[in-house]
Amino acid sequence: MAQPSTAAQLIVVDAVNKTFRVPEERTHTLKERALHPLRRTRNQSFPALKDISFDVRRGEFFGIAGRNGSGKSTLLKCLAGIYGVDSGRIWMHGRLSPFIELGVGFNADLAARDNVVLNGIMMGLSPREARARYDAVIDFAELREFEELKLKNYSSGMYVRLAFSVAIQVDADILLVDEVLAVGDAAFAQKCFDVFTRMRDEGRTIVFVTHDMASLNRFCHRALLLEKGHVVHLGEPHEVADRYLEINFGRDPEAAGAAEDRGGDGEARVLEAWIEDEHGVRQTSLPQGQRITLRALVNFTVDVDDPVASVYVLNEDHVAVIVATTAQENERSGHYAAGENAQFSFSFENVLAPGRYNPLFTLAHRGTGLDLMDRFEGAFSFVVTGPGALGGLVDIPVDVSAVRNPSATSQKVGA
Amino acid sequence: MSSEAAPYDGLGRPIKGPRALTDDWSRFWHLTYNIARNEFKLRFFGSALGYVWQLMRPLLLFGVLYVFFVLIFKVDKGKGAAGHFYGAQLLGSIVLFTFFSEATAGAVRSVVDRENLVRKIQFPRMVIPMSIVLVALFNLSLNLVVVMLFAVIAGVQPMLTWLELPLIVGVLTVFATGIAMLLSALFVSFRDIQPIWDVFSQVLFYASPVIIPVETVKEKLAYGKLHVYVSNGVVHHYYTDVLLYHVLYRIYLLNPLVVVFQQFRHAMINHAVLNAGQVLGSWLALLEPLGVVVGVFALGFWVFNRSAPLVAENL
Repeated sequence: MAQPSTAAQLIVVDAVNKTFRVPEERTHTLKERALHPLRRTRNQSFPALKDISFDVRRGEFFGIAGRNGSGKSTLLKCLAGIYGVDSGRIWMHGRLSPFIELGVGFNADLAARDNVVLNGIMMGLSPREARARYDAVIDFAELREFEELKLKNYSSGMYVRLAFSVAIQVDADILLVDEVLAVGDAAFAQKCFDVFTRMRDEGRTIVFVTHDMASLNRFCHRALLLEKGHVVHLGEPHEVADRYLEINFGRDPEAAGAAEDRGGDGEARVLEAWIEDEHGVRQTSLPQGQRITLRALVNFTVDVDDPVASVYVLNEDHVAVIVATTAQENERSGHYAAGENAQFSFSFENVLAPGRYNPLFTLAHRGTGLDLMDRFEGAFSFVVTGPGALGGLVDIPVDVSAVRNPSATSQKVGA
Repeated sequence: MSSEAAPYDGLGRPIKGPRALTDDWSRFWHLTYNIARNEFKLRFFGSALGYVWQLMRPLLLFGVLYVFFVLIFKVDKGKGAAGHFYGAQLLGSIVLFTFFSEATAGAVRSVVDRENLVRKIQFPRMVIPMSIVLVALFNLSLNLVVVMLFAVIAGVQPMLTWLELPLIVGVLTVFATGIAMLLSALFVSFRDIQPIWDVFSQVLFYASPVIIPVETVKEKLAYGKLHVYVSNGVVHHYYTDVLLYHVLYRIYLLNPLVVVFQQFRHAMINHAVLNAGQVLGSWLALLEPLGVVVGVFALGFWVFNRSAPLVAENL
């Protein structure tokens, strides 16, 4: 239940339910209806939101997380007044600026000015206010030199920039943001992040829907996790992020055999690979900071001298964040007879940024490590949970200090 | 109820879902106006000849009808003074019908075509059909200037009854708006509304005093089926099917376009043409077509208002 009201509550959602009814056999014409006036179309019900209650306070950056189909967009649309609710109530105090989708109502055949003004009015500005903000909008979007151009001649990046600029210039009290941050080029994306950070610091109230846990951690004060229309967790962003990763990846027994496309000459095969926590227990979800161990059980089909076993820990972007090989430590890993099994282990401090990882194991003949016997990819994946998520690939301890008025001696430049 | 609401005292009223109308009427108007203005601007400046194309449609139709009915069939002859300025009468009716047709046929797909808007942003849904009617109204204003220029060049003298124009256009607009609301809401669920309305619109065209003047219809229908015979060198006539023909005539008169077009011809072009009251028999009978206008508007509003909260989900 939402807490009893205080003046600081800008959004209160009380026991909201929303069910979509989709007719099983949709009659699309008046003719069909006229020919079969008595036929009742059976409806299929999809409960999208079940008994949702929460509140958002003034100045809060509130996250709504959940995977596709969890109901988060439906919830946002209910907040924005696009969908009506079946039961329950929603209170909104203050002007709302929905970023459900950018550039809604833009007309490609018109130039920037007409579109900016109309979009501003759509968002609740008066025409005078909308016109007054035009210059600020066009400058923020960095499109001054293209303002006479029709929108159809804009690149998609320019289009999105214009749309985003309009939306943030509305000066709403409450912003509803639906994963629009991943737009535009890197520089503009950074600008968007800056704007949201600034807005947060200004005490604007922002409701932010995402499935990117890094930005959830980075921006939000509090967050809500939706799963199948229910509130699974409401609290600190990092708790929500942990739960999210757990729900989405942790319980997936994604032990795909990955027998296809193994590569190598097959003189050795990885039979099994897994990851253990510091207690030696197999896990699929591991917190940051522990000592973790990747292990691979290998079978040799012929006699092999000094094989090189390597592991590549790939993140979701297929970047090898950590690479380790037996050739590093001991040049000679020994002789293995045909039919023999061996276990290779790689232990390290878990400094990986929160997210999902795929280990890739390779076995190679002695030498450069390129003469492969086996390549074992996608065997399993594991998830790293943690509060950090500053955006780096790894989170290693960094000593940070600031010095006021550093003395001249510390400012030696060059030689 | 009150005990349940207790923790939420001081929060004011909960938000309502999507609706047809709004409490913020200035936003409603600004939205309608700006959408219509952009649309109009597009048509006006969208192509090289801009407005000319907009005017071409009624003018071409006028040209064809004029050549066929006035120059060849000479429908204006034998009507005495009522036949004067027949060209201007015809053009006026065509322009009014073009407005009606643009506003209604244009509205059919309007809500569905703006799916993107409806599903992504909260705004009073009624803005959509209203803006379509408003664009048609902009066009009508310009076209009426052309009609009146045409009339004056043809020799029509300025008359005090020109002041009736806003009233005439007003009634027509209310009628068109009612149908626009009805069609745009129905089209969301019934996609065959479009061809149905195309046909119906054609029927209305012929059942309105555009080509066939009211006087002609009255002559043929009002008294019954005319039989003429000659006996002993004297022409006799008598009527049969009086009741049937009378009912048909009353149905014809229920069409609000009849009185609107007729009054336009009377007040704007030629006083010798029957006015709406004369056509109906009495001014009191004007309540019948006006009742149809109000009824259609109320029905359209009711249907649209009912479908507005769910339209984002049903699209």
